[in-house]
Amino acid sequence: MAGAVASPAGAAKRWRFREPSALGGFWPSFGFVAVYMSLIVLIPLAALVLRPWEIGIDGVWRAVSSERTVAALRLSFGAAAVAAAVNAVFGTIVAWALVRYEFPGKRVVDAFVDLPFALPTAVAGIALASIYAPNGILGAAFGAHDIRIAYTPIGVMIALVFIGFPFVVRAVQPVLADLEREVEEAAATLGASRWRTIAQVIWPSIAPAMLTGFSLAFARAVGEYGSVIFIAGNLPMVSEIAPLLIIIRLEEFDYAGAAAIGLAMLVISFALLFALNALHAFMIRRGGA
Amino acid sequence: MTARSPAAPTRDPAWLKWTLITVALAYVVVVLALPLLAVFVEALRKGEAAFFASFNEPAALSAIQLTLLVTAISVPLNTVFGLTAAWAITKFEFVGKSFLTTLIDLPLSVSPVIAGLVYVLLYSVHGWFGPFFAERGIEIIFAVPGIVLATTLVTFPYVARELIPLMQQQGTDEEAAAATLGAGPWRTFFLVTLPNVKWALTFGVLLCTARAMGEFGAVSVVSGHIRGQTSTMPLHVEILYNEYNFVAAFAIASLLALFALVTLAVRAVLESRFEAELAAADRT
Repeated sequence: MAGAVASPAGAAKRWRFREPSALGGFWPSFGFVAVYMSLIVLIPLAALVLRPWEIGIDGVWRAVSSERTVAALRLSFGAAAVAAAVNAVFGTIVAWALVRYEFPGKRVVDAFVDLPFALPTAVAGIALASIYAPNGILGAAFGAHDIRIAYTPIGVMIALVFIGFPFVVRAVQPVLADLEREVEEAAATLGASRWRTIAQVIWPSIAPAMLTGFSLAFARAVGEYGSVIFIAGNLPMVSEIAPLLIIIRLEEFDYAGAAAIGLAMLVISFALLFALNALHAFMIRRGGA
Repeated sequence: MTARSPAAPTRDPAWLKWTLITVALAYVVVVLALPLLAVFVEALRKGEAAFFASFNEPAALSAIQLTLLVTAISVPLNTVFGLTAAWAITKFEFVGKSFLTTLIDLPLSVSPVIAGLVYVLLYSVHGWFGPFFAERGIEIIFAVPGIVLATTLVTFPYVARELIPLMQQQGTDEEAAAATLGAGPWRTFFLVTLPNVKWALTFGVLLCTARAMGEFGAVSVVSGHIRGQTSTMPLHVEILYNEYNFVAAFAIASLLALFALVTLAVRAVLESRFEAELAAADRT
């Protein structure tokens, strides 16, 4: 496995679970970690993987492919992707401003970026609902142009933009900070225009970080519940997200159906994240070549 | 300085600089600052008296108590786990180490609703272990133990994640020296490892606390929303909001928002201290 550090004499050496160390306490700590993780994470997730099949493959398929479930999954994944893309663009601009420029209040803004990590999602949810409701300050402004945000898929997307905000900024920031000015200067000295420098020097270095931030924001947004339900209006087939549908199924005591939707969400997310990771690896390889 | 100045070939022209700063600030204000401001404005909409009266309610007080209780159980659990996991992962080489590290991050990509759902699948009356506990008169789902379990799962990675990268970077030299001089594992841990990571640990615990107090989705699934009994602060906010008691809902929410702001401020302070410490470590 990847964790086993290959030693030069690896082939000749006897296989062992752990390398010898001068330090003690490995087995007690490893044992505790294994037991605690099994109880809190692994056994519960095993229930999610196994329990849907109680209703048979047909039952699972019906639970997952019903019109309402498909609409909810499409909304959760679609709005998460749009929100993550919005954050990929604006988050990179925020990161650029924070790394490259000096302006008053910069440190406060920098600390403030993490707000969605610290603010409870329900608090964000009712705050967003009050702003974008038809009588809220932004809701009224958009309403004047006949654009409704609250209780529509746009509202769902707005909540997911809030939730995903920090990820792209925090992914791109360190890369921009490490990007050597000398390389840019060299490009400029060799006669490249600023735009060409940006396109051929800066962009290839920050694009993988943007993708990382996009993936993290996307993964977080897909399963988001608290910040969304207040602004979404939760109309079945229109603005009902998949996590809410799970809760509705649970309230109907349809446990296997709820578990089936949960499992479908996890499988789709992991497949998409796997693809995004592969794309990331490809970008890094090309950037390095 | 103009864009054509030969001294600064990589400097963006002033118009571009200020355009980008304006766009960045506008985005931060609309996406982040406005909702935060709205919490306090709505909470104080009917004046201070109504604001403070919101806390003087049995249901509100019991929600605050329950939130503190749940936080006081799950944060220490995850702190002990985080320290132990970081010790095992960063101080030893063993098979499956990177797999274990990946597993620790797993709860981050699981929806909070799913985190609640899995415990319902295990411990409800129709769950795998539910009947076992029910026979012994122990309620887990729709009761406090379920809320603690769901909160623990959702906040599981935070302490470990803060510690692992730092301890990885610090290596095992200092611990090995202590061990060679005859210190046992506990002594090594408390006198060498712990002081080296105290700020990362502080921040990890703080973040874990903020998440534990604010957890909504997972807790919502397992709590059953019994007012005054199994309602945490975020759930109480939801109940009040759905009853159109907006001032009270936002008043409780403002307390949570205040705690979030304190978390961010402490992080900013810790990070500036950290930088000095890490720079000092680099010099030696």
